[in-house]
Amino acid sequence: MTAVADRITGLVGALRAHGVRIGTGESVDAARAVEALGLADRELLREGLAATLLHGPGQRTLFDSVFDLYFPRGVGGPREAPGDRESLRDRLAEALAADDRALMGRLAAEAVDGLGGYGSSPGSDGWSAYQTLDRLRPQTLLARVRADVRGREGSGAGFADRLLDDEIRGRIEEFRRMVGAEARRRVAERRGRDEIARRGVRPTADRVDFLFADRDQLTELRRAVAPLARKLATRLAARRRRAARGAIDLRRTLRSSLSTGGVPMRPVLRRRRPVRPELVLLCDVSGSVSGFSDFTMLLVQALHDQFGKVRVFAFVNRLDEVTGLLDHGRADPDGLSARIRAEATLTGWHGSSDYGVALGEFAERYGGAVGPRTTVFVLGDARTNMSDPNLPAVREIARQARRVYWLNPEPRDRWGTGDSAAPAYADLVEMHECRTARQLSTLVAHLLPV
Amino acid sequence: MFTSVDDVSTRLAETGYLASPAVATTVFLAARLGKPLLVEGPAGVGKTELAKAVAQVAAARLVRLQCYEGVDESRALYEWNHAKQLLRISAGRGESWDEARTDIFSEEFLLPRPLLTAIRGDEPTVLLIDETDKADIEMEGLLLEVLSDFQVTVPELGTVTATRRPFVVLTSNAGRELSEALRRRCLFLHIGFPEEELERRIVRLKVPGLGQALTESVVRVVGALRAMDLRKAPSVAETVDWARTLLALGADTLDETVVQDTLGVILKHQDDIQKAAAKLDLDTL
Repeated sequence: MTAVADRITGLVGALRAHGVRIGTGESVDAARAVEALGLADRELLREGLAATLLHGPGQRTLFDSVFDLYFPRGVGGPREAPGDRESLRDRLAEALAADDRALMGRLAAEAVDGLGGYGSSPGSDGWSAYQTLDRLRPQTLLARVRADVRGREGSGAGFADRLLDDEIRGRIEEFRRMVGAEARRRVAERRGRDEIARRGVRPTADRVDFLFADRDQLTELRRAVAPLARKLATRLAARRRRAARGAIDLRRTLRSSLSTGGVPMRPVLRRRRPVRPELVLLCDVSGSVSGFSDFTMLLVQALHDQFGKVRVFAFVNRLDEVTGLLDHGRADPDGLSARIRAEATLTGWHGSSDYGVALGEFAERYGGAVGPRTTVFVLGDARTNMSDPNLPAVREIARQARRVYWLNPEPRDRWGTGDSAAPAYADLVEMHECRTARQLSTLVAHLLPV
Repeated sequence: MFTSVDDVSTRLAETGYLASPAVATTVFLAARLGKPLLVEGPAGVGKTELAKAVAQVAAARLVRLQCYEGVDESRALYEWNHAKQLLRISAGRGESWDEARTDIFSEEFLLPRPLLTAIRGDEPTVLLIDETDKADIEMEGLLLEVLSDFQVTVPELGTVTATRRPFVVLTSNAGRELSEALRRRCLFLHIGFPEEELERRIVRLKVPGLGQALTESVVRVVGALRAMDLRKAPSVAETVDWARTLLALGADTLDETVVQDTLGVILKHQDDIQKAAAKLDLDTL
């Protein structure tokens, strides 16, 4: 049983390294779960460990990847010699057409074994999912699988037939995931499980760097906007409740103490006038930081009922208002950045971002949007492409607004390197590092006005 | 309560609840480890049904605490029956203070609410705390004592400890993030939308009159709708409703007109309907 205990603690350690909070009590529960379930059925074990160790649905993908490393399906390569590429493709097409997951898993193992190996000397060799998929090209099987399925079911029968393409694409995507997991497993056998579990597994979406997130991760992040907004709204409401129990109103306390002979029996608290704060967002939507801006815009839009007024401006080197494009219900999050670029005037002579001109334009054209109740958020990496940062405009905005915050998606130690004007701006307004969705939600919870 | 995971699935299936392996495993563990079960998931995937099914399988009494904003100790735990206490005091006029005091704070004047009922019972009990996310954060603090030690402290009576631990199911729609302390005390189960195969079986079980081919198409279309990123993705409950509607309409295959006419059964927002119609190549009106 000690070997199993080691496995469990190893698994827990790897999950903790990815930021999942697991206490000793949960580890003990996990061990008891293993005892109750036995080791015979791997999927039961997976569910049992997930139930005892995890606390939220967001951690499941991460858990599955790590679980595959610590409780692998098998050891070493597949027993039979791998077939060549063509026979693999044939069999894969069949498996995809039949939607046979077990067969797809076996084929993924064979494919990694036969096509994914690289390097020859021990220490530098390994298995690459990328290479496997590049050689196998499962995505090109779509037409063939479609014809196969249609042939089997009778040509194009029924309404659901029009869904076939998407379904096959989903299966191919599933196969790609299997290849990825298999390659990780094989590498882990060679390099040590703990290291791969910590470095080779994709972190949960809220811990991915905005600047390096790929398309899937950005999509996943966008899906997380609504739950995150709900969470932030509760936190804001709690802060508001606390803030509403303000300081003692001395004048009214003394006035009411007259009825008790001048003894202040009941202190009267200062009543807060319910003013709903206003929010202005200035977002750099140039290529380098657009993932970050998109996400933040959606998040703020999802929080719109918390504020009196939200106005959103986007810029690259010209600035334009995009509040209307973010309208609730109308916003199709996936196409947001494309729509902003198509419908707003964001670029002048060239396509690279220019903070000086954009901020100047804001101060000039939309100065009226900023008042004493307004909190301004500037989102961007402050990389001006060597042009004038236009500090007076920022000073002007900061003077008019209640608060100005700058959220920078770059790590703090890169501020001021190259063409970054971050330190200059940071002298004028409060600048925060904001690299991941997790950092963003903490910042938003703290910085949003109540 | 259960001998194995398979035992859980077969016995739940007998009551008409088809459990996925994840659900069966977690229910088995919750019974075996004696820990509460926190079930999260979108609306209409059978979170509450699960608790009812478990109660039926275990021949246990189902005690339900429905949470809502503002639910408090006196609604969840216990309350003193003030009116009866007053009656008792006025009936026993002339007796000494000590007699009256010890008497009016006795079991007779206690009104047990769901949590106390579940803990005091001697027969097997399933305690369902429904929509925990709707309750205020203060309520969670109250649940902590109940869920970790299965005991309740009534200041006048002392601590009541469960003689027989109830099987506890908490459900949540994730409308609010539950506190880490509460999550830590529970086994976590996320019930998502079921796999195609399981959903087919559910539809077949609930709407037995529907043809094989039509069931298949219904499940496929619903699966495609879920992949679409809608405001409210259709849930199992909607799938079953749709299947019933199709049965009532006497449709034997899915075609454009039928889908167009009945899309309102599965999608509850106008923009969702439009989006889905565009994606499914329906002619919008």
